[in-house]
Amino acid sequence: MIAAPALARRPRIALAGNPNAGKTTLFNALTGASARTGNYPGVTVERRSGDWRLPGGLEVDVLDVPGTYSLSARSPEEQVAVDTVLPPDGPPPDAVIVVADAGALERHLYLAQQIIDAGVPVILALNLMDEARRAGVQIDAGGLAKALGVEAIPLVATRREGIEALGAAVLRAIEAPSVDRAPEPLDAALAPYVAPVEAWLASHRPSDPPAVRRARALWALLSLGDDELDHVEPGLRDAVTTAQRRAADAGVNLDREIIAARYARLDEHMRFVVSAPSDRSASWTERLDGALTHPVLGMLVFAVVMLVLFEALFRWSDPLITGIEVAVAWTQGIAAAALPDGPVEGLLVDGVIAGVGNVVVFVPQIALLFAFITLLEDSGYLARVAFVIDRLMRGVGLHGKAFVPLLSGFACAIPAVMSTRTIESRKDRLVTMLALPLMSCSARLPVYALVIAVVFPADERLGFVSVGALVLFAMYALSVSATLGAAAVLRRTVLRGPRPALVLELPPYRWPTPRNVASSVWRRVKDFLVDAGTIILAITIVLWALLSYPRSESVSARFDELRAAAGQELEGDALAERVAALDAEEAGEQMRHSAAGHLGRFIEPVLEPLGFDWRIGIGLIGSFAAREVLVSTLGIVWGIGDDSEESAPLRDALRDARREDGSPLFTPLTGLSLMVFFVLAAQCMSTIAVVRRESGSWKWPLLMVAYMTTLAYLGALAVQQGGRLLGYG
Amino acid sequence: MDDGTTATLDELPVGAEGTVVEVRCERAIARRLMEMGVLPGTRVAVVRVAPLGDPIQLRLRSYSLSIRRQEAAGIVLSDVRDAVTAPAVAERAPS
Repeated sequence: MIAAPALARRPRIALAGNPNAGKTTLFNALTGASARTGNYPGVTVERRSGDWRLPGGLEVDVLDVPGTYSLSARSPEEQVAVDTVLPPDGPPPDAVIVVADAGALERHLYLAQQIIDAGVPVILALNLMDEARRAGVQIDAGGLAKALGVEAIPLVATRREGIEALGAAVLRAIEAPSVDRAPEPLDAALAPYVAPVEAWLASHRPSDPPAVRRARALWALLSLGDDELDHVEPGLRDAVTTAQRRAADAGVNLDREIIAARYARLDEHMRFVVSAPSDRSASWTERLDGALTHPVLGMLVFAVVMLVLFEALFRWSDPLITGIEVAVAWTQGIAAAALPDGPVEGLLVDGVIAGVGNVVVFVPQIALLFAFITLLEDSGYLARVAFVIDRLMRGVGLHGKAFVPLLSGFACAIPAVMSTRTIESRKDRLVTMLALPLMSCSARLPVYALVIAVVFPADERLGFVSVGALVLFAMYALSVSATLGAAAVLRRTVLRGPRPALVLELPPYRWPTPRNVASSVWRRVKDFLVDAGTIILAITIVLWALLSYPRSESVSARFDELRAAAGQELEGDALAERVAALDAEEAGEQMRHSAAGHLGRFIEPVLEPLGFDWRIGIGLIGSFAAREVLVSTLGIVWGIGDDSEESAPLRDALRDARREDGSPLFTPLTGLSLMVFFVLAAQCMSTIAVVRRESGSWKWPLLMVAYMTTLAYLGALAVQQGGRLLGYG
Repeated sequence: MDDGTTATLDELPVGAEGTVVEVRCERAIARRLMEMGVLPGTRVAVVRVAPLGDPIQLRLRSYSLSIRRQEAAGIVLSDVRDAVTAPAVAERAPS
């Protein structure tokens, strides 16, 4: 039953292909539930692998290579695909399946030809055969296979057609004795520039067969020069730079010569592909594009699709989120009742269970957003979204694909940051990721609602509109301008780079498959729970400890006495009421004595110019768990215990709050300053955790916290001090 | 070729097509375009313009590609033909 006794380990099969070739569908069809995800070290590229049982029983590892148009690379992210086929050290995969769209074979063969020329055993998967047939494309797979020197298997991955034949071909490729392929043929005009690079490679990587050496030399000549690659040997760089300079002096465009020579060979192979002269304008894609990118109808559809997405994130997720919150509160109640009072109870109830709740509560929005994005992406509409809206995004140095992440930021930055993965360029992705937490997310709303209710009486009007509504609108306007401004500034400073360009394929419209949607949603949710979730849980516990410890024994003793006294005087409901009030008051006093309380006092001098006192400082520390936690933290600090922004006692308490000099704490100016602070501050550990996960390092989330905190402080300061100068407050 | 039908891609009206002569963009963009098949000798048609006037949608080698006018301005074409009617290209050149 062992098919390849020569192999001491499990064979490794790589799955490569252009974007939109159906590679993910094929990967899911081959590996099913065995798929595992991880990250390539140092880059933010997802690494997926899984098991596949070939006909005859041999199990192989299948590695999903990130979608790419070629084996050249400017960034470490693009280099991942190159390194899979041409590993810098270690053996290449035992075979590479190159997935190609049979309907657009010419362009897809470019990558296939490159991988074949690199000397790796290749099986060409001619996917989307049904679509190609409908478009009138006929392929002589046998003739094409012979010309390329590899097997070519017609496939319809969505219907699992051809999978068996593909497996048999892979098995044959693994079992076949390895032969050294001839290197990629070289034009005489190119030889003088390739030779010195090959000479350097020959002396530094003597064990490479000639085909691999040529592939590496051409990779280097095409990739190096304007790249951001690390781990490139300086000697190789020098050899390439010299060759490029000599070519430029001789008036030879190396890039064009290499690429054109490859396409010229492909043109030869295209005689095996016959396209019936079909009326393309009658195709579904053409008709749909006519409507979906129409100046009026297209914009309308776009607005409706975005509205539905928005509605899903805001409203469809709401019952699920409420359900999770109820379940968490219920679990906390059970645990609190079962455990004796004390630090263990606190740690479990307010640390661990609350922390798990803080993580799980994001799952509905993440799942909904990714279900939507996968539907849009697989159907082909996401590319049209970028096409339609790119003009607007260009102004701030962003890509059309940044629109959906930014819009999602209005609901919640966590799924929005994760959705930046649809943006290919690393710099574009980072700019979007670092700017979008400024979009006013739904967790900020309870903060605005409470503060507006406290400082702007509901009947205060300016013309037709209530002042509160105007203030709320101003906060959203501020958030959008801040986001776009930050993106523009990031683009011109820390993430400066070559002018961002749009080179966007508009794939044919296709029916999304439920399986791809489910697998994508599950992957994102799992990623989030495992990677960001652990950070969120840990920070929740730290925050709980900061807000709960140390406890003051004298405060406990005093309240024990008061409760005992109440027990003597009162009974029944009156007693329960009194005890609850005392408990809330004690919680407030304890929090004032906690580490967070001391921290609040410690940072008070810094907060004072913003109009905040140390009690608001405690609220800021607590709200790091999630912005809306400001409301419940203020509730505890003021001894109300009631935690809703609708709470009348909390509003009254805050309205009556006085500074030490007796002046009111929550003036309209301080309210505004606090809201501006919340619009701009990175007051959310989960955002930080998810940016860390998606950017692959702590550097970017730290930069985000630094710039947003600075912005928030300066913004609040400008409001408070500017307002005072103008005579308000 | 020498009959006055040379233009850059951004000057083409919707429906027109031409043969690529040269890709004069920044290296990274030129390389990406060429690897996606925008090479001297390739026939490229302008299919449509995005609702806000930019980018444009192209058809080449059996697939659709979208690029901004800025990049399109770097792609030099010869043998330009307007698919339907044939007014002078320059007259219908977008701003």
